[in-house]
Amino acid sequence: MTNSDSRVVGEQLLHVNDLVVHFTTHDGIVKAVDGLTYNVARGQTLGIVGESGSGKSVSSLAILGLHRNTNAMVSGSINLGGVELLSLSDEDMRRKRGKDVAMIFQDPLSSLHPYYSVGAQIGEAFRVHNDVSKSEARKRAIDMLGLVGIPQPDRRVDDYPHQFSGGMRQRAMIAMALVNDPGLVIADEPTTALDVTVQAQILDLLQKLQREFNSAIIIITHDLGVVAEMADEVLVMYGGKAVENGPTKELLVHPQMPYTWGLLSSVPDVTADVNNKLKPIPGNPPSLLNPPGGCSFHPRCEFRDRVGGNTCATVIPVLESKTGDPNHTSRCHLKGPEDIYQAEVLADVAPATAGEEH
Amino acid sequence: MFAYAVRRILIGLAMLVVMTLITFLLFMNNTTASVLASCGKNCQPEQKAIIAKTLGYDDPVYVQWGKFLKGVVAGRNFPDDPALVADHPELVAHCPAPCLGYSFKNSNFVWDVMKDAMWVSISIAVVAFAIWIIIGVLLGIIAALKRGTWIDKVIVGVTLVIFAFPTFFIGQLLYVFLAIKTGWFAIPSYTPIADGGVFTWLGGVILPAITLAVFYMAGYVRMTRAFVLETSTEDYIRTAQAKGLSARAVIGKHTFRAALTPIVTMAGMDLALVLGGAPITESVFNFNGLGKLAVTATREFDLPINIGIVVFLSAFVILANVVVDIAYAFIDPRVSVK
Repeated sequence: MTNSDSRVVGEQLLHVNDLVVHFTTHDGIVKAVDGLTYNVARGQTLGIVGESGSGKSVSSLAILGLHRNTNAMVSGSINLGGVELLSLSDEDMRRKRGKDVAMIFQDPLSSLHPYYSVGAQIGEAFRVHNDVSKSEARKRAIDMLGLVGIPQPDRRVDDYPHQFSGGMRQRAMIAMALVNDPGLVIADEPTTALDVTVQAQILDLLQKLQREFNSAIIIITHDLGVVAEMADEVLVMYGGKAVENGPTKELLVHPQMPYTWGLLSSVPDVTADVNNKLKPIPGNPPSLLNPPGGCSFHPRCEFRDRVGGNTCATVIPVLESKTGDPNHTSRCHLKGPEDIYQAEVLADVAPATAGEEH
Repeated sequence: MFAYAVRRILIGLAMLVVMTLITFLLFMNNTTASVLASCGKNCQPEQKAIIAKTLGYDDPVYVQWGKFLKGVVAGRNFPDDPALVADHPELVAHCPAPCLGYSFKNSNFVWDVMKDAMWVSISIAVVAFAIWIIIGVLLGIIAALKRGTWIDKVIVGVTLVIFAFPTFFIGQLLYVFLAIKTGWFAIPSYTPIADGGVFTWLGGVILPAITLAVFYMAGYVRMTRAFVLETSTEDYIRTAQAKGLSARAVIGKHTFRAALTPIVTMAGMDLALVLGGAPITESVFNFNGLGKLAVTATREFDLPINIGIVVFLSAFVILANVVVDIAYAFIDPRVSVK
């Protein structure tokens, strides 16, 4: 593809620094994202994990500048390929949308316009950023549909979204996102609305295309299985903040923070001992209008009593490395989280594997 | 697509035939009163019998219905008596197709009475429709795009207040102030285009048309506003924004296409209804349209005229339905035409 050759894998592409997205409502200020910092390198995949309302989608929409002209207040810094997105004019941001950063949405049926053919919608995305004729855009749409694995793309290009199956629709969405060869693709729960059997195909396709286009991907999900398969790095979000961040394998094997433990304990494992228990995280996600003081997870945290005094409820823990690996950071007051995880959490949900890593 | 259209039209015709049957069963089951109304107070039994025979009221209802249908398609004779046609053709009135019956009150064929009234009603309806669709949808779009601002509140509020006024009040207000006192508009009267040209025709019907239009306008403003607002929160609008389309393209192409489609349905039905006459508006401006004719016919027990108008109005509504159905197959690709 056109500018893929100049892209160097590993070169930092996106820096999000102290991103804050607040919404003013009648009831008060909703602190959807509150001081979020992360980086994504070219050719790399970042998985953002968290419950509904943790701010994962809102922070991604901020990268696309889709909070402009709404009731949202966005501050901090989003630097994409050396350009500060938050200080761009609306028109300059529009030119970047779909060209330098593209998005794949959760539900491909509702995210495609029902009255326009798939080819017209992909071609439109191409024509916004490229001065080409309609027939050239159509040709490009056919090429893209072929690339994402739609059979007979020259015939299916004129089909409407309702004539596609769920998996094909998501393939078409991916084709639309990649049509301008963007450096960064944000996939917001791309497999949530799909059949389980199709999910793996879509993830494989994303990985294949990532290698081909050498783009960076941010994959937003609540499915740790997706993260394990796709992501090089993982960012766990809770209550609008990053609570743990690190290389995928390291984070999944040595999680340092009770919320991450909770996420891991609530994932069923088909190969595991049938006697292993699934442990849901008690309680509900925090109110973003009146977030709890201190660590926002403390009302649901079963380990808060291990921390002396009232620290969890009063002091916001800093994001820092607990393992000695500077790339693996977490936000928790607990001392010696690794030992607690191995001895208590893992022993409880998966006794057979507890301690194996030690 | 062609087969779909043909099927819709055939279904429409069948509905129309059923509609005439229901109308006949309701109106013609007991024709004594109608016969009485046809010949006045001092009606002798012999006179009644003659009138009943002449108008075909002595037949059973289903026979009357059959003759009515035959009349619509091929025309019919009054009285329908082959022997009389042979002996004294001068006593028989031939009603050519489309024959909707004979109005004793008007001493004329129903179709001939309705024909003149029809153009009056169509004129008011078409001009009113153009006004309320163009202005109503436009104001609705503006209100949606300026949601929550004073512009939005003024548009919705004012159209609602106007809607709340009775039609006869609005009509008289316009008549008195715009036509009589200021003279800005011509005194409303119907002049066929053939007689006075387009401008005389339009000038004559514009005030009744505005009166009729403001009643429908409020609904279209609110409906358009609601559809545009609803559509703008759809996921595919966010997709369009994420592609980098300009706000103009997002609204003009993606939002309107989806938001205005349901309005086609409403517009088709409402147009059909006003084509069948607007009794109050026509009465206020003293226009001899179908609405006024229906009121007069009902008061005078002129059943044939009433049947004619009901059938005519049903035909418009059914036709509008067919047109909207076919139009929808073009507008919305999800509507299956197979």
